Amino acid sequence: MPRLSLQRLPRLFGALVVGAILGFLLLPAIVVALAAFNGRAILSFPPDTWSLRWFVKALAYEDFRAGFRNGLIVTACASLIALVIGAAFAFVLDRYEFRFKRSLETVLLSPLVIAHFTVGLGFLILAAQLGVARGYAVVIACHVVLVLPFVLRSVYVSLRNLDRRFELAAASLGASPGRVLATITLPLLLPGLVSGWLFAAILSFNEFTASLFVTAQRTQTLPVAMYNYVREYADPSMAAISVIYIVATAALLTIATVFLGLGKVLSVEQTR
Amino acid sequence: MSKPADPGPACPAVAVRLDGITKHFGEVVALHEVSLHVRRGELMTLLGPSGCGKTTLLNIVAGFLAPDAGEIAIASARVTDLPTYRREIGMTFQNYALFPHMSVASNVGYGLRARRVDKSEIAGRVAAALDLVKLTGLEDRKPRQLSGGQQQRVALARALVVRPKVLLLDEPFSALDRNLRGAMQVELREIQRKLDVTTIFVTHDQSEALSLSDRIAVMTEGRIRQLGSPDDVYRRPADRFVASFVGDVNVLRARLERRDGRTATVVLGAAHVTVPSGPLDGAAPGAEVDLFVRPEDLRIADGDTAVVAYGVVAAQVYQGGHVDLHVESPQLASTRVLLRIPGQSAITRWPVGTRVDLALATEEAVAFI
Repeated sequence: MPRLSLQRLPRLFGALVVGAILGFLLLPAIVVALAAFNGRAILSFPPDTWSLRWFVKALAYEDFRAGFRNGLIVTACASLIALVIGAAFAFVLDRYEFRFKRSLETVLLSPLVIAHFTVGLGFLILAAQLGVARGYAVVIACHVVLVLPFVLRSVYVSLRNLDRRFELAAASLGASPGRVLATITLPLLLPGLVSGWLFAAILSFNEFTASLFVTAQRTQTLPVAMYNYVREYADPSMAAISVIYIVATAALLTIATVFLGLGKVLSVEQTR
Repeated sequence: MSKPADPGPACPAVAVRLDGITKHFGEVVALHEVSLHVRRGELMTLLGPSGCGKTTLLNIVAGFLAPDAGEIAIASARVTDLPTYRREIGMTFQNYALFPHMSVASNVGYGLRARRVDKSEIAGRVAAALDLVKLTGLEDRKPRQLSGGQQQRVALARALVVRPKVLLLDEPFSALDRNLRGAMQVELREIQRKLDVTTIFVTHDQSEALSLSDRIAVMTEGRIRQLGSPDDVYRRPADRFVASFVGDVNVLRARLERRDGRTATVVLGAAHVTVPSGPLDGAAPGAEVDLFVRPEDLRIADGDTAVVAYGVVAAQVYQGGHVDLHVESPQLASTRVLLRIPGQSAITRWPVGTRVDLALATEEAVAFI
């Protein structure tokens, strides 16, 4: 018997380590979530009285409501534009051989290595220089640049995994290139396109650093509104809006997983 | 052999004409001035080891690849510069390439929708095609819900329903297990004959080629080495490569006795064998030649006939319908000689270690210098 428990020790230890890591990952979210239910007007953990009033306040706060609206507009536009541009470039990179192909790929993926701070500052200077008002267009353009690499990668990987013989078979059956694209390529790429778009949308909606530079009072997105709020107040409505944020994103992801899971089943093939 | 007689540009008997097709991949020559005329309604097999250029040739007929030089015509119309979707072909792929997001019926109807055929007509033709391949009742299944054999049938129905001018089959049976393969081969041949559809069939499996084809083009290193009926290719191989690639063969040491016009006589022990003299050009009487003899063309002598050599049985392999005897005969060949004896009696008559006299069961064979 003692031998048995000795053998179990490494497994127990392993389970503890994994548990600790998982706990550590979730810790910030848990702390914030609990802080949101504080009955008093301070951000503390754990709270000693409980209330929902900060949720009410956060939802009613005009800056947050405007930030949410602005964020949705920017996210919707930026992720769609990035999806179209990214998918087009992914096609070019996957299907064609040309000089400077590597360079093009490097440039397209470069926002990954350039700090958001730098991108935001760059757009700010540009907008000022060109005399462009800091409206939605600048914010959206900035977000497109930031999320493009993710869309590009996602669609590119899906394209790489797409068996070209589906397209060849369609062509052999008399389908024109446009028809092949519409009836074979795009439907089979759908999971990659959706996950790329989703990635872009979440990144754009959460983007803060660059947005801080390029938004104005009228166009500020939710993270910027939250930052401006926390600079002046330190009550738990910050935590409440964070919880709403997490729940909304998680819901979106869950829906997407169900949908994407379905998409993957649809495109399962490649028996060999 | 690789350049058949020109039947004229508009000859209706030729369904697919390939003239002087050359294709390079970088430095590698995949096809070297290949010419091939496929007759209407014929099942033409491109047979060869992997890398011989047979798949490249098929892809050029399909329009997936463009040749560096040469011309392609389908049904007397030049298609060299025509894209795949305007060539009116049907093709099946090694992995079938059934569209995973479509039902069986949608897969089969795809080519008809691409041709903007009437909806009512599509339904009828899809049903007929599925009936042809015996898949009626599976219309609503998705490809992943089908067995390998069923997927193969869907692929065939999908390619045939458009009434292609030529049907291209790329190793269609390689993914099937052995029993199913045999049944599918017979069925394919029946369907092909029934519809009288010109077919180009690519395979590396020589027994498949021999049993299915009207004619076989044996390819290696980007060239057609021999074009002929299965019997031609098997009985009268044009060169060493064809002789050893198509079917099992024994290479035996023999001596050239004399050449008279188109034939020559070769002596093997006490036996005289008639061979085509073409491959022996330049050999003087008395010269040593390699005689290629099929395993079924050798037998154990009964004391009655001309013995070619003696040997010792080294191994027996029971094959069900026949027995393979591996015989050591240093006189004949440095490797073991293979005999294929019908029935099972060989197992008991000539156990391992028996000394046997070998004789020929044929008077015709081929020899090469």
